[in-house]
Amino acid sequence: MIAGLFFFMTATIGFLRFPDFYTRMHATAKGDTLGTLLFVVGLALYTLHHGLHWFGIVNGIKLISIAVFWFLASPTATHALLRSALESDLVPWTKDGKVMLTWPPKRKTK
Amino acid sequence: MEGFFLAVTLALCVTILLSLYRGVFGPTVFDRIIGAGFIGTKTIIVLLCMGLIYDRIDMFIDLALAYSILNFIGTLIVSKYFIRKGAR
Repeated sequence: MIAGLFFFMTATIGFLRFPDFYTRMHATAKGDTLGTLLFVVGLALYTLHHGLHWFGIVNGIKLISIAVFWFLASPTATHALLRSALESDLVPWTKDGKVMLTWPPKRKTK
Repeated sequence: MEGFFLAVTLALCVTILLSLYRGVFGPTVFDRIIGAGFIGTKTIIVLLCMGLIYDRIDMFIDLALAYSILNFIGTLIVSKYFIRKGAR
């Protein structure tokens, strides 16, 4: 749980400090997914602390389902957002200001 | 152990405020969308911690699951909507 909290903190710092939309999305997507996963699995272990009662087991299964769903959903949402940002001509940031990537990708013509 | 969950909730509230700054003053639309999704994710964790503090984890788990599904669908639909609306 503490590790999950640490990842949330680093994701927030990255979200505030990075220069561009794409780098910010990188920071938040990874920190978000890993932080949620660690925290929810830690809570699922903590709900079993009264011993193996059926109540704790059902709650643990629900928490694991949240973790699995979010582990699948968060990269999907990030990918869709990145695709729509590229299609609406948002240029990625580079250090010297050159454009390195264009959308749609140019076909090589002979 | 309740003190630990209270501390976690307070720390997450601080990070929610920090990312609300980027969500409000973000230069592009997509920054605001990421900010909304990020705040939603942290709200799930805050809901789970509140459930452990109030000792009603069975109810708050269902709330958190519904909230995560809603957050995912919302991010997908908004990102599809803003494709050709212009980024700046």
